[in-house]
Amino acid sequence: MSGDNPPRFVLASPESEFYWRSGADGRLRIQRCGECSRWVHPPGPACPFCHSRRVGPEPVAGTGTVATYTINRKEWIPGFTPPYVFAFVELDEDPTVRIGTNIVDCEIEEVEIGMRVEVLFEESGEWHVPLFRPAVTEES
Amino acid sequence: MVERMERRAVISGAAQSEVGRRLYRTGIDLTVEAALRAVEDAGLTTADIDGVSTYPGFGGSFGGAMGAELHEALRLSLNWRSAGVETAGPLGAVHNAILAVATGLARHVLVFRTVVEGSGGPLRPGSGGGGGGGMAGSAGPFQFMIPYGAASAACWVACYARRHMHDYGTTRTQLGAIAVNGRANAAANPKAIYTDPMTIDDYLAVRMVSDPLCLYDCDVPCDGSTAVVVSHRDHAPDTPAGAVGVNAMGTAIRGRPSWDQFDDLTSMMMRHTAASMWERTELTVDDVDTAQLYDGFSWLTLAWIEAMGFCGKGESGAFVEGGVNIGPDGSAPLNTSGGQLSAGRLHGFGHLHEAVMQLRGTANIQVPGCEVVAVGAGGGPETGCLLLTKGPS
Ligand SMILES: [Zn+2]
Repeated sequence: MSGDNPPRFVLASPESEFYWRSGADGRLRIQRCGECSRWVHPPGPACPFCHSRRVGPEPVAGTGTVATYTINRKEWIPGFTPPYVFAFVELDEDPTVRIGTNIVDCEIEEVEIGMRVEVLFEESGEWHVPLFRPAVTEES
Repeated sequence: MVERMERRAVISGAAQSEVGRRLYRTGIDLTVEAALRAVEDAGLTTADIDGVSTYPGFGGSFGGAMGAELHEALRLSLNWRSAGVETAGPLGAVHNAILAVATGLARHVLVFRTVVEGSGGPLRPGSGGGGGGGMAGSAGPFQFMIPYGAASAACWVACYARRHMHDYGTTRTQLGAIAVNGRANAAANPKAIYTDPMTIDDYLAVRMVSDPLCLYDCDVPCDGSTAVVVSHRDHAPDTPAGAVGVNAMGTAIRGRPSWDQFDDLTSMMMRHTAASMWERTELTVDDVDTAQLYDGFSWLTLAWIEAMGFCGKGESGAFVEGGVNIGPDGSAPLNTSGGQLSAGRLHGFGHLHEAVMQLRGTANIQVPGCEVVAVGAGGGPETGCLLLTKGPS
């Protein structure tokens, strides 16, 4: 995507609102169970594993791996100017936490399965939309 | 084996309305056309119809027509009516009808699936597969994809196709065999939308939509209605065209019901759905004479081929490459009326209609001696299937 940021059309639910606001302090948060400690995504009203209702957002490192992706060549939504990459990123804390996102700050040809990525946020109205870019900070 | 209640039912009639890219006819108009033909085809009159079942049950371009609209339009008198979108894909309407007949709630159920997506305008985001997205946002599961411009099922399926290619070495040339096979078969189908010859080179040259899916990997929206009559098997001797038996149905949704959170990014829910069908029958995949497997996107057909067991997991690319195995003379003739990629997006019911024609021996491209057909429809978490036989099972 180039130029202006696209319209994000975020429509949060009471359970997911924290996810779309989390980036205000620069940190990504994922729901976690206070009983069995498992990560839960998308967030819900109870832990799907132990059914505890003691669930809440908890910060994660914001790093992960591209599980798969597509390069969109068609304008599905006005404002999303192709080409752009839609990807599923699996977080380091728990690879079953799979996040849909855009991969930005790199050439689309650089994106590949297994690529290491890190979160960044794009402000869109009241929301901070989690995006991912190549994980430059951990390379050494 | 315990009694399989679905075997109490047969498909006694099947018909389609006019089908076209843009017909500018209403959904109920097309539905009535298909329904009346199907009832006559079953050797019945509308006075015999005591049940109606449809998917998804709301109107609009995706929904076509409501069950109540057909009920009213034909002034039917019903003992049972059902419509819903939370089924095992579009064939869930057939599953429901079979259950109603098997349990005695109804004797002759008119089942239909109507689409007016050709003249009805573009699909709303997320509507592919019956999802619930929307351009103005979605608080449901699609809220995690719409904000990233992944507004079409094409984007989601493309992600699975990419991972399948990565893990198993599946190539675009292999994937293209699904589209080329469909186009070749569509040429014999007078209702098909696209019938011009297509080569694998044509496929590889066309523009990308959601890489690795190109334009020819995506089905073509159309207008049309398909109707079948599901009857008690006692009616089979009185069917003019011959009854089609229901040997087994597949309905399982054992993984996470999600387009984006399914545990395996190289298969979808049809893996479980097809397994549940085979658990209900003594037949095996080796008994299947032809497969009518959903091709809303070409990769979904690869997923169905693996789910049904025509080849091992990850082997579908090699299985379809060159089109020999899936051609009319192959070991598993596939989508013999052209599928949705070329014949139009009738949402699984084009496949069902073709299965009935094959088992009657009246298909345009007839598989000789056809006695068993596997039908699978849907993608993502919305998949259902049927194993159908020549005569009652
Ligand atoms: Zn828990």
